[in-house]
Amino acid sequence: MRFSRLSRAAFAFFAGLVVLFLLGPLAVIVVFAFDKSNVQSLPIRHWTTHWFSVAFHDPAVRSALWLSVKAGLAATIIAVVLGTLVAFGIHRFRFFGRDTVSLMLVLPIALPGIVTGLALQSAFNISHIELSIYTIIVGHATFCMVVVFNNVVARLRRTSTSLLEASSDLGAKPVQTFRLVTLPMLSTALIAGALLAFALSFDEVIVTTFTAGAQNTLPLWIFGAILRGQQLPEVNAVVVGVLLLTAIPVAYAAKIASGDTSEVLGRSTKA
Amino acid sequence: MIYLASLVALLITAFFSTNSLTGNIIYQWTWSNFSQIFSQSVYHTIILRTLVMAIAVTLTDAIIALPFAFFIAKIASHRSRQVFLALVLLPLWASYLARVYAWINILSNHGVLPSFESHLGLPVTNLAYTNVAMWIVFSYLWLPFMIVPIYGAFERVPDSLLEASADLGAGSWFTFRRVLLPMILPGVVAGSIFTFSLTLGDFITPLLIGGSSSNFIGNAIYDSAINGGDLPFAAALAFVSIAIMAVYLLLARFAGAFEAL
Repeated sequence: MRFSRLSRAAFAFFAGLVVLFLLGPLAVIVVFAFDKSNVQSLPIRHWTTHWFSVAFHDPAVRSALWLSVKAGLAATIIAVVLGTLVAFGIHRFRFFGRDTVSLMLVLPIALPGIVTGLALQSAFNISHIELSIYTIIVGHATFCMVVVFNNVVARLRRTSTSLLEASSDLGAKPVQTFRLVTLPMLSTALIAGALLAFALSFDEVIVTTFTAGAQNTLPLWIFGAILRGQQLPEVNAVVVGVLLLTAIPVAYAAKIASGDTSEVLGRSTKA
Repeated sequence: MIYLASLVALLITAFFSTNSLTGNIIYQWTWSNFSQIFSQSVYHTIILRTLVMAIAVTLTDAIIALPFAFFIAKIASHRSRQVFLALVLLPLWASYLARVYAWINILSNHGVLPSFESHLGLPVTNLAYTNVAMWIVFSYLWLPFMIVPIYGAFERVPDSLLEASADLGAGSWFTFRRVLLPMILPGVVAGSIFTFSLTLGDFITPLLIGGSSSNFIGNAIYDSAINGGDLPFAAALAFVSIAIMAVYLLLARFAGAFEAL
């Protein structure tokens, strides 16, 4: 297709508007986080970093943050181990029910997050498991696994098995091949997958609502505070902190997976 | 496996009922939850409202994402393509709550939008706590989920195909309709699965952005499970959204969207 100068400019203008629409709201909260006033409104008269220090010293925020970090790390570890194993299984072997397993992995993507949360709660309820940090971890691991799985499968599809065959032809034992060939081949996909899984877990609210019981993760604390309309300037500072904490691993994941943006872009899981 | 077992547990729970006095779950088979959903007009309204919202959001996002993804995939230079992708990536991964909270700041009575309008001397729109606000915020939240698969679909269309079409005398519009659109349709459908399912499952945004008439399926589930303590009824409601998604996925399968997921 050929385009006149005018239609190119029109497309570029439209794209600019879309980017503004996508990023403008994020800029708004970052700016408001430095607003000294209790009620956030424009124009901002006094700038301050006061709210960040309030948030940082709030014990409720601290314990919520600590719970989020613990749950996120545990869920990420489980997701990396299980996600990688499933990816290998699906990629390497043709077995009965292989398509069913693939479909099952699509399910947590295609079904609303609230269904996942409620399903887990029902399962815990029927098996009389008390809601605790462990149920949070199980809930997070289910959707984090999908991210790791996607990344590893994408990488496996692009690497040929001839490398592994060559390794065993040259006399390497399976363990050696795994350690010296397979693992280095997968390492960036694994790290990117783990970082994305952590970022996802750190920010998750919907599934967590149903699996957390009485405890607050950081997103649950934020949700509760906004809902009650209390401590809003502090919420704003915390939200900007969360934004940074999730942006850093994602940016790093995008960097090490560079050359294949699809690995990072393929966020196929629920918010 | 855990996930599948949990879905089974959900199905089973949907057939239990709750003792209205003690709030304990009575482990006996009953259809009462489902008959309650089907007989009470409140739930008809909620389901209909959710469906209309999901369709509106999906269409809005598709209309915005198509030209945008086309621009990055086919018109922009290689360098600016990377920049644009990064700019889509940021909100895709940025904290969901942060993005919802931003819109509270924008739409609320003393927020950015009203103060901007009054500054310019325009009539002040009062969008806070309306379904229009819900529509805007949902469209905003899920837009990256629509852009990414459509971009992927555009990227897979070889330029030579478009050139061939033009060489054979087709105009831009004809090429778009007859060559490009059939090839990117799976991408659009894949994106719509996300927007649909995300709208169906959200209860946070309606609670924080919506008003008294913003009761969606997600809220109904949340209310009966968390506030009402009626897990079986919530499970039955969740099955309504599963049924809707199942129908949608079947339709999507016909359009061949699974490879594009």
